[in-house]
Amino acid sequence: MEILVVGGGCADCDKVYADTLEAVEELGLAADVRKVEDLVEMVRMGIMSVPALVVDGRTVSAGRSLRKKQILQLLRQETK
Amino acid sequence: MEALRAGWFFFQDQVLGMQWLNRLIGRGVAALGLDPEGLWGGILRFFLYDTVKIFVLLSVLIFVISYIQSYFPPERTRKILGRFRGLWANILAALLGTVTPFCSCSSIPLFMGFTSAGLPVGVTFSFLISSPMVDLGSLVLLMSVFGGRVAVVYVLFGLVIAVAGGTLLDKLGMERYVEDFIRSAPRLETESAALTRQDRALYARDQLLATIRKVAPYIFLGVGVGAVIHNVIPQTWVETVLGDRNPLAVVLATAVGVPMYADIFGTIPVAESLLFKGAGLGTVLSFMMAVTTLSLPSLIMLKKTVKPRLLGAFIAVCTVGIILVGYFFNALQAFLI
Repeated sequence: MEILVVGGGCADCDKVYADTLEAVEELGLAADVRKVEDLVEMVRMGIMSVPALVVDGRTVSAGRSLRKKQILQLLRQETK
Repeated sequence: MEALRAGWFFFQDQVLGMQWLNRLIGRGVAALGLDPEGLWGGILRFFLYDTVKIFVLLSVLIFVISYIQSYFPPERTRKILGRFRGLWANILAALLGTVTPFCSCSSIPLFMGFTSAGLPVGVTFSFLISSPMVDLGSLVLLMSVFGGRVAVVYVLFGLVIAVAGGTLLDKLGMERYVEDFIRSAPRLETESAALTRQDRALYARDQLLATIRKVAPYIFLGVGVGAVIHNVIPQTWVETVLGDRNPLAVVLATAVGVPMYADIFGTIPVAESLLFKGAGLGTVLSFMMAVTTLSLPSLIMLKKTVKPRLLGAFIAVCTVGIILVGYFFNALQAFLI
């Protein structure tokens, strides 16, 4: 599974990225987590509010400063 | 009619302005053995009253506003705007800017998302100007601090600057000065997920907590600076520099405000005490608009997506608009407060 954390240059985006890494570890997922900070790539993905979380090409959250608990919940739903 | 008037003033002074709290804190400060009108007692009183007031209002407001905002994600706003043309599109963009959730770090993805979907640059800029400058929260907070008339006029002028600024940028042919990678980006239609009432309440709660965490330092700083101005800086200084004796007061306040970055909630206590010390109303409002609308961090981000000509035009249009509003408000001050 591929998880993208979209958004750069703001503290919330960095936090969501760090928390996602931890969440993936905790859930023991075989996932590739990447941070997307490139503006062109953001436009291509159609992301307009950051931080956004994209799992396997699907935007599961946008414009919300998710906390770790919520990230865990989202990832659990995605893996079901 | 009289009863209605009295009711409104009660709402404005006691519910929004929480004057009862000010009296209560005054008594508490006196109980501590400090004179609530004296230097330290005054600073303490202003600080406690303003922080409590702003945090209470802010919490209620952000929750209600976020709930409303959950109906207007940027994807939806973009779709609505795409249906309108000309001046109406600018007016609608300015209005939607007041309800679309958006923090400064989202302004660039949002700008690109709007532009790549084929929205005219002028419409996008109307949105980008109104979004930080005018929102529902600032309307209520302004009412609490400056009274209803000032608040309504502030919001109206904010919208006028947004509409006029966007239209002007369009007329100047600024479309050309958007970076190529945005114009050539594919047009994407993204759907936002349907939300239940519970989802919206949850979203509103999250926004409330996140916003409080984010703006708290600015509020403490703003109220602290406000308390010092309120109690330490001599009235004559403020009057000389920012009062009606200085014809360049508005220009000065705008120039100081532009590079600063602060939330409108942190800016209001500073504005409040400057006004109390004899600064002109328009001067104070110009300062607030300049701080919230233009800031170095957002300009640096915007620079990545537009060419210098457009960036310069954007800064110029906003600055001139804000200065004009300042002089206008100063001229009208006698009728507004």
